[in-house]
Amino acid sequence: MDYEPVIGLEVHVQLKTKTKMFTRVAYQYGEEPNTLTNPVIMGLPGTLPVLNKAAIEQTIRFGLLFGSEVPEISKWDRKNYFYPDNPKNYQLSQYDQPLCVGGSVEIELPGPSRNVMGEHKTIELTRAHLEEDVGKLTHFENDSLVDYNRAGTPLLEIVSEPVLRSPEECVAFLNALRVALSNAGISDCDMEKGQLRCDANVSVRPVGSDILNTRTEMKNLNSVAHVRDAVAYEIQRQTKVYQDGGRVVQETRRWNVDGGFTSSLRSKEHAHDYRYFPDPDLMPVKIPQETKDRLLGDLPELQFDMQRRFMEDYGLPYTLTSVLCPDLPLARFFEAAVAVYNKPRQIANYVANDLLRELAESGNEGEGGMPVSESPASPESIAGLVQLIDDGVISSQIAKAVFAEMFKTGKAPGDIVEAKGLKQSTDTGEIEGICREVIANNPKPVEQFKAGNEKAINALKGQVMKATRGKANPKMLDDLLRKLLGD
Amino acid sequence: MSEALTFKPAAQLSDMLGRGALSSVELTQAVIDRCDAVDDKVGAFLYRDSEAALAAAKDSDERRHRGEALGPLDGIPVGLKDVICLKGQPLTCASKILERFISPYDATVTSRLKAAGAVLYGKLNMDEFAMGSSTENSGFLKTANPWNLTCIPGGSSGGSAAAVAAGELPLTLGSDTGGSIRQPAALCGVVGMKPTYGLVSRYGLSAYASSLDQIGPFARTVEDVAMILEVIAGHDSRDSTSWKTDIPNYRVQLREGKDSWTIGIPKEYFGEGLDPEVREAVEKAILFYEGRGATLKEISLPHTDLAVSVYYIIATAECSSNLARYDGIRYTSRAENPADGVDLYRKTRGENFGPEVKRRVILGTYVLSSGYYDAYYLRAQKVRTLIRNDFMSEFDAGVDVVLTPTSPTPAFKLGERTDDPLKMYLADIYTICTNLAGLPGISMNCGFNSNGLPIGLQLIGKPFGEADLLKVAHQFDASHDFNEATPEL
Repeated sequence: MDYEPVIGLEVHVQLKTKTKMFTRVAYQYGEEPNTLTNPVIMGLPGTLPVLNKAAIEQTIRFGLLFGSEVPEISKWDRKNYFYPDNPKNYQLSQYDQPLCVGGSVEIELPGPSRNVMGEHKTIELTRAHLEEDVGKLTHFENDSLVDYNRAGTPLLEIVSEPVLRSPEECVAFLNALRVALSNAGISDCDMEKGQLRCDANVSVRPVGSDILNTRTEMKNLNSVAHVRDAVAYEIQRQTKVYQDGGRVVQETRRWNVDGGFTSSLRSKEHAHDYRYFPDPDLMPVKIPQETKDRLLGDLPELQFDMQRRFMEDYGLPYTLTSVLCPDLPLARFFEAAVAVYNKPRQIANYVANDLLRELAESGNEGEGGMPVSESPASPESIAGLVQLIDDGVISSQIAKAVFAEMFKTGKAPGDIVEAKGLKQSTDTGEIEGICREVIANNPKPVEQFKAGNEKAINALKGQVMKATRGKANPKMLDDLLRKLLGD
Repeated sequence: MSEALTFKPAAQLSDMLGRGALSSVELTQAVIDRCDAVDDKVGAFLYRDSEAALAAAKDSDERRHRGEALGPLDGIPVGLKDVICLKGQPLTCASKILERFISPYDATVTSRLKAAGAVLYGKLNMDEFAMGSSTENSGFLKTANPWNLTCIPGGSSGGSAAAVAAGELPLTLGSDTGGSIRQPAALCGVVGMKPTYGLVSRYGLSAYASSLDQIGPFARTVEDVAMILEVIAGHDSRDSTSWKTDIPNYRVQLREGKDSWTIGIPKEYFGEGLDPEVREAVEKAILFYEGRGATLKEISLPHTDLAVSVYYIIATAECSSNLARYDGIRYTSRAENPADGVDLYRKTRGENFGPEVKRRVILGTYVLSSGYYDAYYLRAQKVRTLIRNDFMSEFDAGVDVVLTPTSPTPAFKLGERTDDPLKMYLADIYTICTNLAGLPGISMNCGFNSNGLPIGLQLIGKPFGEADLLKVAHQFDASHDFNEATPEL
């Protein structure tokens, strides 16, 4: 019998806010342990939580971005469990009245090649809610240390419906979330800094069946690759259990990164009873329509919507859109340039190739290239560069050099062309002289051309270009050479 | 001289300080001397820092000399129940689990008192984590009732009540979750008030049951209560449950009396279990108000008999979660040689929590458990609404304040009820509804029984109706001399 997987993901995303969820302590990654705390974070007697409006607004923005319903009233609950990374031994979370209900995420599966768009699917969301993160434990042989710097940072938990059907879909789902959340400034989603973590619920069932079989849960998968591999392993394991006539046990399983397998962590009988109840220290939150309207006005376009628009409105090929659209600043840079000079295809090529290459090669060590916002070459100058080519002022060959100079100095392309004397020469007399010289000095290609080898003329053009340092107008040069060779 | 001084109401002391008839250092020294003299017998204090108090008193005197006195509380000693944070001083909540904890921050009420120039003196004994009605659940010390040292002072704010009754302090703060200010005030013959839920910030008050806890004052007179309430009340951005409401000048308003009050007398509060001498004293108080032109109205609060059950579900549920942080990991006492992490929790909590705290944590854990939540906690919350509605419909029908006994009996003997938790819980039957309904309530002395033990009269007001409530209370208090009686110690 063939089996198909049924997968649901719970994604925890650290929100981008200046301060923590329930007290105004700043949060930054990588600070000295236990320096980003105060009495509230440490859960000292008498301390009380106060909501962070920015975190609530970021969560509402998430809901609006993915079409969730954002109910008028949302409330806060305590999730009770003892663990040393949890200073109060309860976590403030949302149980039955989350900020976001429903919604969906569009994903794209890998296409047959990089140049061909893959299949798109819609992954429905169950809900998304806001909660506080816990601290971080480090275990040693005889003891453990705890760092509460991360404790109390705002965490968005996004829960998908069990509609994912393969490890690849999980990857696509996580990537779609990452792109959208970082483009919207909701989270940086830096997995190395633990800003995006994932729990995966996996079950398998006979193909064609619509039952939901017993599932297992894998917690705290902290990279996309771990999610992919853990889910793939678990699908295989459960399939084999059924094929061997066994039963899958409902349990939490641990993903062993080094060994590449999952193993039982705790069974359902030992599952926590979180004893949720409404937090008496926080009032429910009322979200007026005006707040949603205001936040809606400030949301970026989703990646795939933008891709479709770029293909339709600008006539860009899929490949270029798949470079530009996931990177909102780059896409905005492109559109700003097109607004100056309406040659989208050419501009897209410069942005997606030349600009990206220069950016990647610049920037500080270890920071993964220069952000486009810091590019010395502006959208206006790239538009200007394309226009100079179109107007026949410079050749596309020369343009490469002008671009490099633009990126280095931030100067306008026109100024660079002027200052370096790179204007294409249309002085027929001067070029004719050079052409004659080249013909005289290169008898071999001349002979070949005359014998009917069309390509041989390129060698002559190359010589003329070299002699004019690329300034000869290619069209004029072609005409001239043919005329002189025909004589 | 010093004994007479420390029995004076705070308002009088304030006038004397203002006139230059007394310095804060003199007053504070008198308070210290009185505590030195009698606290071995009373046992009101868990901690006293006399040096710090005298330094604060000196500052106060200097301010006054410069003409920069901060208000009526400037220079007046005020004690705190040891559940309220005072920076740099211990906060034990009368529990061994916080035996070595020093608070690194001030509660909002503490900083407001400091800003008003009050001389903070002493952390006062209580039932462990404010759970109890006799202060016998303190992990450290028994407090005696100053009127009869073999009797309990009431609880949980027993130390705060006893200190005022014994002339050790003119003003103290306590906390009231089910009667923990009003009941000991009644049993010790002083005035104690629980404000409307949300009037006084809970920031810096170690939580017992968050949706019921309120900080409130103890004093010798209603006027003194008004004086300190003005200082501690008002919205605090650090407490999301604190209400944005204007705080009137309660003390000035006391004098704007009116006589046409409608006073509701709920029949449920005068039934079985009410001590006859308590009934007699309270009925006399009713006659007093009638004589002053009040309209008396017999009312019914039909859900009253459910209050104790509802209270012990909601309060224990919240406390089971609130007390989870005391775990041996960060700042609490920690058990030695645990086998593993879970054992560390088990031993630390097992060795350091007293039996009543354990009982309530276990009860609360149970009522919140999966499968029981709807039957207990959710249901209790619904009944809580009914209890509030009982009061609100009487207020809507014209009742200004509700008058009841504070406690069914005067102070009972030390040890008398310690083996019978249910009987102990009944000590709060007249005070619990007020917390469940979030209303303000005040208790004051309305007489003594044949054994010389004080009897408390309770008045319950409308939400944020403290000004009227204090006026009605002041009318009685100012017309009687019960508050002038002092115990022999």
